[in-house]
Amino acid sequence: MTISLSPQDWLDFFVHFASLSLLGIGGAITTAPDMHRYLVDERNWLTDATFSSSIALAQSAPGPNVLFVALMGWHIGINAGGGFSAGASAWGLGLMGVALSMLGILLPSSVLTYKATKWAHQNRNLISVRAFKSGMAPIVIGLLVSTGWLLSVPQNDYAKNWKLWLVTFIATLVVTRTSVHLLWLIAAGGLVGATGIL
Amino acid sequence: MSSVTSELSHPKSKTELFVVFTFLALQGFGGVLAVVQNELVDRRKWMTKAQFVEEWSVAQVMPGPNVANLCLMIGGKYFGLPGAMAALMGLLFAPLMIVLALAILFGGVADSPTAQGALKGMGAVSAGLIIATGLKLSTTLPQNPMGMRTAILFAALSFALVGIFRFPLIWALFGLGIVACFLTYRALKQLPTTLDTKPKSEEP
Repeated sequence: MTISLSPQDWLDFFVHFASLSLLGIGGAITTAPDMHRYLVDERNWLTDATFSSSIALAQSAPGPNVLFVALMGWHIGINAGGGFSAGASAWGLGLMGVALSMLGILLPSSVLTYKATKWAHQNRNLISVRAFKSGMAPIVIGLLVSTGWLLSVPQNDYAKNWKLWLVTFIATLVVTRTSVHLLWLIAAGGLVGATGIL
Repeated sequence: MSSVTSELSHPKSKTELFVVFTFLALQGFGGVLAVVQNELVDRRKWMTKAQFVEEWSVAQVMPGPNVANLCLMIGGKYFGLPGAMAALMGLLFAPLMIVLALAILFGGVADSPTAQGALKGMGAVSAGLIIATGLKLSTTLPQNPMGMRTAILFAALSFALVGIFRFPLIWALFGLGIVACFLTYRALKQLPTTLDTKPKSEEP
């Protein structure tokens, strides 16, 4: 897929990610539907398949999931440069896409978070600040468990997924009861999965 | 910072922050949060569980990538803006290189059945890691100013709302969150003396 992006387009691209940065409460992934609408449907900068594989790859690779944004930027830059085989100019645009998309998604929210944290630290004895931190604690703990829960039951296909649940259950048990390094558990999960019995 | 416990450790330099967060990020398959909690609280003892929950509450409520927020908050706590940048760069840089390399090599996810199977297995484990992180942190609930029962009730409600009834996360954060913060506010107001006792109430 080959596209062409004017400087104005690149600016729009940056502004799109920057505006989503402040909307993504609960993580950048919550704004993925809007990215899809803009990048795939409206501007035709990415194919549907590349969009989905960017998310899947970032989730399966090590590191924070927000890197799916960088992959989208990379693919759009490569597309704008005439494809990966076009050589250095395409790679340069790819890297520019990475830089602009990551700056866009991170900068506004990071500035806000940094300022807010600093303020909260300076006013940490205010009852309202303490009420916020302690009051939100049970909520975010419940949310954590539900995030793991939702990851382990993507479909309610009980007959097919019981083995995956068993793995999740064992992992939960091992982490809460022992101090085995998490990396071993992930590796074990990968090995068991690779045999195809899951 | 309060002089909470003498056994708490802390990073010595921005370089250490960068290195620690790089290693954290590289271990995070299917999300980094479980690794951050395990490494910074259980292993390195940079903070207590209760402090971690407080930081995570803020990181979760602020817009933007949660773990990125958490890292820059932790980095900023020790070394200000340069520390925040060091932690954030550590979190992002190495994984970014890996993800780009994978995109170039495979152009997408590897779709061999073996790789798919391995990813499935790792996904199931990382779901367990996140659940375990939540359960471990729930041991801080009895010390919550709202009282143990109310705190557990709110944790259960937010789990049910999002995990069982599949409401968007924002409902729990803001709907339940406002009520919980209000109740905590009232509870804290009734105990004005706790204002002066700086050390967190989770002290053994």
